[in-house]
Amino acid sequence: MITIINYGMGNLGSVQNMFKRIGVPTEITNDINEIKKAQKLLLPGVGAFGAAMQKIEESGLREILDQKVLEEKIPVLGICLGMQLLSQSSEEGISPGLGWISARTLKFNFTNSALKIPHMGWNTVHPVKESRLIENFDNETRFYFVHSYYVKADNAEDVLTTTHYGLDFDSIIQHENIYGAQFHPEKSHKFGMRLLENFARI
Amino acid sequence: MLKTRIIPCLQLINESLVKTIKFDKYGYIGDYINTVRIFNELEVDELCFLDIRATKENRKPNIKILHEIADECFMPLSYGGGINNFDIAKQILSIGFEKVVINTAAAKNPELITEISTHFGAQAVVASIDVKKNVWGKYHVYINDGSEKFNMDVTEWAKRLEQLGAGEILLTSMDREGTWLGFDVEITKKVAAAVGIPVIANGGAGNIEHIADVVKNGMASAVGLGSMLVYQKKGMGVLVNFPDKDEIEKQLL
Repeated sequence: MITIINYGMGNLGSVQNMFKRIGVPTEITNDINEIKKAQKLLLPGVGAFGAAMQKIEESGLREILDQKVLEEKIPVLGICLGMQLLSQSSEEGISPGLGWISARTLKFNFTNSALKIPHMGWNTVHPVKESRLIENFDNETRFYFVHSYYVKADNAEDVLTTTHYGLDFDSIIQHENIYGAQFHPEKSHKFGMRLLENFARI
Repeated sequence: MLKTRIIPCLQLINESLVKTIKFDKYGYIGDYINTVRIFNELEVDELCFLDIRATKENRKPNIKILHEIADECFMPLSYGGGINNFDIAKQILSIGFEKVVINTAAAKNPELITEISTHFGAQAVVASIDVKKNVWGKYHVYINDGSEKFNMDVTEWAKRLEQLGAGEILLTSMDREGTWLGFDVEITKKVAAAVGIPVIANGGAGNIEHIADVVKNGMASAVGLGSMLVYQKKGMGVLVNFPDKDEIEKQLL
């Protein structure tokens, strides 16, 4: 069972739909008692960093989430904005992040380039470190991205894949039980299914 | 490397999947859900659905079928047609569509673009511009399924839509739509050069060379395909298909 945290940001239906397709049971919840029993967490997110952090704080879930992730060390996967929230801070606003991974969220800034922001569309990921989350990834593995900010891990050993858009940014990160993916697996066909299946097996 | 998005643009009239020629006469393509399943299996980059008559026929978006589509699809989705207020846009974005496409409503109520963009982010708003070239070679913007002239210069309108908060421009050539003759590279280039947001060239694609042409020479960030994905060949029967992706990548190099 994967517990999808509903703190009021993002379209959770698509994520649940893909888990359903690969036969993994899920629940969408913001109930503290349900989260207490969780074995694995998924932190979704679409929108602005500050607004998302505010919603998490207001939801009263912060304490139980910290406990599950930092003390019980159950696996958690943050996707898209959910990955950025794992970091300590973002150039999008002044709110601190969850700080579960030593990393910062930075803004794409291409002054001398025709590259458009957001980075939107299908791009490949390049594995730099082995992990169960990225098992069976190959050179053809591609994902759908939409983001104007990216995560920069402080420690190179926390980076699983990088993606090139103007610069090489960290597209999948991991620190112990904490995982983050910058793209939308739920909108990335079989590649997204593979990632979510891998996460379900961890 | 970021890949050029190749987007099937599928036309609906309420629950029927159709394909028009130059915004006029149309043929029936068949069942939308079967077509969606085929594109899902073909792993297309993105899907765009446009209910081309919703505004003209004063219909609301058909939420029931959009739900069915969203439940089948594991790729980004956009929908346009009859979206004329914030609440309906919000409803569509909540059922699994990433983007709403706004055309006539942007001309009648430009603040709608800003409202959706502020709330959901610019990436959720695609501003659609339909253009037609007159006999003197001057381009005009049309709204309401191409039936109403909108008195605004094409590039000025594109810039204005970007300022209002649109995250992308879907630029459709009414003269080329459904003709298989190739995109209007000239107007695509003008618009793409005028704005900082991605421009999706739409209308006229007949083969892979046309795609490469508008990407390389028209500065399009993405392309919309219609007829060539739903017919075997020009003038022939319905066959949902997709061109060879390796061949497209080779041409785009």
